[in-house]
Order: sequence, then structure tokens, then C-alpha cells
Amino acid sequence: MQSSRPGPVLLIIATAVALFLLMPLLAVVPVSFTPQRFLSMPAGTLSLRHYQALIDNPAWGQSVLLSLRIGLLSSAIATVLATLFGLGIWMFQPRFSALLIGFVLLPLIVPPVVSAMTLYFLMTTLSAFNSFIGYDTWIGVALAHAVMITPFAVVLILVALFQVDRRIDLAARGLGADLTTRAFRIIIPNIKFGIATAALLSFVLSWEEIGVTLFITSVNAITLPRLMWMGLRDNIDPAIAAISVLLIIVTAVILALRIFIERRGTSETK
Amino acid sequence: MGKSATSRTILLLAPLLLFLGLAYVVPFLGVIRWSVTLPEPGLGQYHAVLTDPLVQSVFIRTLRICLIVTAAVLVMAYAIAYVWVRGTPAQRMLAEFCILVPFWISVLTRAFGWLALLSNRGLINTWLQAAGIISEPLALARNEFGVVIGMTHFLIPFAVFPIASAMRAIDERVLLAARGMGASRSRIFWSVFVPLTYGGLIGAALIVFVFALGFFVTPAILGGGRSVMVAELVYLRIFQSPDWGLGAAISVVLVLFIGILLALMRRFIKPAHLVG
Repeated sequence: MQSSRPGPVLLIIATAVALFLLMPLLAVVPVSFTPQRFLSMPAGTLSLRHYQALIDNPAWGQSVLLSLRIGLLSSAIATVLATLFGLGIWMFQPRFSALLIGFVLLPLIVPPVVSAMTLYFLMTTLSAFNSFIGYDTWIGVALAHAVMITPFAVVLILVALFQVDRRIDLAARGLGADLTTRAFRIIIPNIKFGIATAALLSFVLSWEEIGVTLFITSVNAITLPRLMWMGLRDNIDPAIAAISVLLIIVTAVILALRIFIERRGTSETK
Repeated sequence: MGKSATSRTILLLAPLLLFLGLAYVVPFLGVIRWSVTLPEPGLGQYHAVLTDPLVQSVFIRTLRICLIVTAAVLVMAYAIAYVWVRGTPAQRMLAEFCILVPFWISVLTRAFGWLALLSNRGLINTWLQAAGIISEPLALARNEFGVVIGMTHFLIPFAVFPIASAMRAIDERVLLAARGMGASRSRIFWSVFVPLTYGGLIGAALIVFVFALGFFVTPAILGGGRSVMVAELVYLRIFQSPDWGLGAAISVVLVLFIGILLALMRRFIKPAHLVG
């Protein structure tokens, strides 16, 4: 609609907003090449010492591996639980659907700091009984992350389910398909891109999670964001800039992957 | 619904409900218990939340920052959402890129990026000093200004999604009718277009305000401990000057406040807007 295209004033404001959104991401790049030991702009010479530090200091590699492991486990838990829940809501339309959905979205609505404290209580309590699942253990962190990311997975899977044409399920039922057949042969194949997106977003959210992780880890389960946090609080370590640049690149690749998945998803359903 | 259907429904729904019940609701009851038992049984900590001058000043600062951030976010999100929804195809793609890339980047990286821009040896101060405009670095980070900038940046995408969805839902014919009756471009925008997006704006304001209230990573990094917000206060009460009871009581008060706010305004919230 020609008449409602953005006018010059709005375009100027929107451009300013766009620059504001990208600015901090771009600012990280020059800082990562500073030859100094502190946060500064490189003057004259550029240096790769902070990238070298990421390789030399084994803590970075270890935290990346730990975050990957936690991300995979928590994303698997969240995706499976959210898929079952979504199927239950969609196939049977139980009476208190809205209430049930509201309930499972709680960790998303409750302030992160309150969730963090709640999970801190859970983990310290579990630690009193065993040493595998609890405070400062990787499985404990994965479980806590699963609590925090499941609501996102539920939303994505429900959005995918509500785009499925109910008549195909009715047809399958009319032809005598039982519940398992309907779920696995009819419904899940129709929402597989929704499930894949949910798994991907869950993984990324766990990979980035810091609020809850801060509360439930101390010296053993140091995830990548936890390690970054330690380098950010007091004397800022420019190695954070180097790892940030790498993370921005990885995120851009994952984002491209997601758009690719969605494109394929829409082209196949059409 | 037959008996077997009911049991199957329960079979599908139960795993997640049980998981969240055991790993989230039950421990939250434990937090409530802390709030009335630590350091001694009673409602002393709630009394402290309501009367302690330090807690009061933190609450007032939090409210002030949240209101400023919400207002700034709404204006900025509205402008970029408009271009995202109604721009030329190229403008739309650029807008989408600028909205989604920061949305997917970790809160730590973004806060660090603002430190790289705003700190004393950061980009802005370095440039201004090199240009001879200032002689001493400006205090842009490690204070309330830095916190407001960082939080605004973090929350813009969360406001863009509901606003853009309200804009997409507008019936084109209403705008055509306004034009047909001779309304000017700005009149159509302010008297027809904007009022039709009020629902999205209110939903966006709620999400932004609620998220801003519970935020502590960005304020902790960009505030540098000098402009503590309520969520960071909880963190400090747990880990620096251990007073778990007070931390727990503040948490319970926060949950109650947000619960009431959302219950009153629930028709403006659509969960699908939270994931982009």
C-alpha cells in the first residue's frame, strides 16, 4: 500500500533504532583486537593475543564443552516434555487447557531472579541426598535449564500444532488409526519443523543461560556464560571481546539455519 | 470424553506437569518458607521489605528505571516495527535482521558490547577525546544511564513482536476509507493507525515492564553495583551479605505484584509473541 509506506520522519527514527540495535555488537569487534590487557580501543597496532588466550587457557575450551553437554541434555528434556504436553492439549482439548498452558508458562513469566532462587533451593536440597544431581553439578544445571526453557518449547510447539489441519487427524481416526499411530505417523510429521525449531531455540537458550546458572554453580559446573560473567564483573578481560565475536558469528550461523529450516517447513506444507 | 481418553490425556500431560510441579512449584514453596523462617519465624522480613529505607530506595529506583525503559522501548520498537511491517521489501529485510540478530545474542555479549562503547576507555569516550570535544571521559557506564541503555537494548525485540502483530492485523480498507474521506497522511497515522494498535502497545508495555522488573544481569554489569535494582538486591542478599530470608521475602513480593498485574491485564498477553 503506497500511502502507508513509512514516511521520511519515521524512516529516520527507525534507522536510528536499527543502528542502536547493532551498535554494541559491532563495538565488540575492535576491542577484541586490542594489544592491551584491559578493555580499550586498539590504537595503531592490532593484536590476536586475546584470541590466542582463548586457546591457551584450557578453562575456555572446558566451559564450551560443558555448555554443549548441558545444552543438549536440557534441550532434549524440554523438547520431549513440551511435545508430549502439546500433543495432549491438541489431541484431547482438555477442559482447563488455558489454565494448564498458563501453568507451564510460569518459569517464563516469573522474574528470572525468583526462578533462580527457587532452583537454588531445589539444588541445595537435592545435594543433601546425592552428589550427582544438585548444586554445582552438570546434571543439576541441565535440569534447571530444562525448567527455564520448556515454556519456550511449549509455545513453539503449540504454535506449530495450531497450524495443523484437524481434518487429517480425524481422517486417520476414521480409518481406525490408534493413538500412537496418529501421534507418530500423522501429527508429529506435520509439526517436525516446529519441534526442530523448539529444540534449536531450547539449546540456544540453555547455551546462553546465566541468571539461574549464577545461583546454582560455584567451582565445578562453570558454563561458558558463567566464565564470561567472572571476566566481566571487576577487571574486564578483553578475552571476553574475542569470545563474544566468535559467539556473534556462531549465532548468525544458527539464525541462518533456523530461517533455512522454516523456509523448508513452509515450502513443504504448501 | 471417554474414560480411556481421559487417562491418555493425563498420560501425555502428566510428565511436564509433574516435572514443573516437583522442580519448580514445590521448591518455590520452600522459598516462601525461607521468607517466614529466616533468620527467625515470623513476618519480620515482610515488615523489612515494606519499611527498610534501603529496600525502599531500591524499589523506587527499580520502578523509575522500569518506567523510563518501558517508555523508551515502546517508542523505538514502534518505529522499527512499522518499517518491518509496512516498509518496502528491502526495508523489511533490513529491519528484520536488526531485530532478530540482537534477540538471539546472549545478554552477556550485549552487555559487554555496551561496556565496550560506554566505558571510560570505550569507543565513545576514545573518539570524543581524540576529537578534542571532551578532556575527561564521560561517565556513561557503571551508573543508571548505562543500565537504562543496556535494558532498553535488550527489551526492544520483545516489544516489536506484539506491536508488529497488531500492525499486521489492521484492515487495509480502514486506512483506505480514511484516505478516501480526505484525511492527511499524518492524520491517518495518528487518528486511525495508532489507535488500532493500542492492544499490541499495551501487551508490549506489560511484557517489557515485567521483564525489566526481574532483570539482574544487565543492571549488575552496566550498573557496576552503583545502581542496584530489586532483582540484583535479591542476588546480593543471597551471595554477598547472606540474608536469605530478606531475599526470599522480596522474591515473594515480586511474584505477587507481577501475578496481580498480569491477572488484571491478561487479555493483552499472547504467549506466541514471546518467541519471535
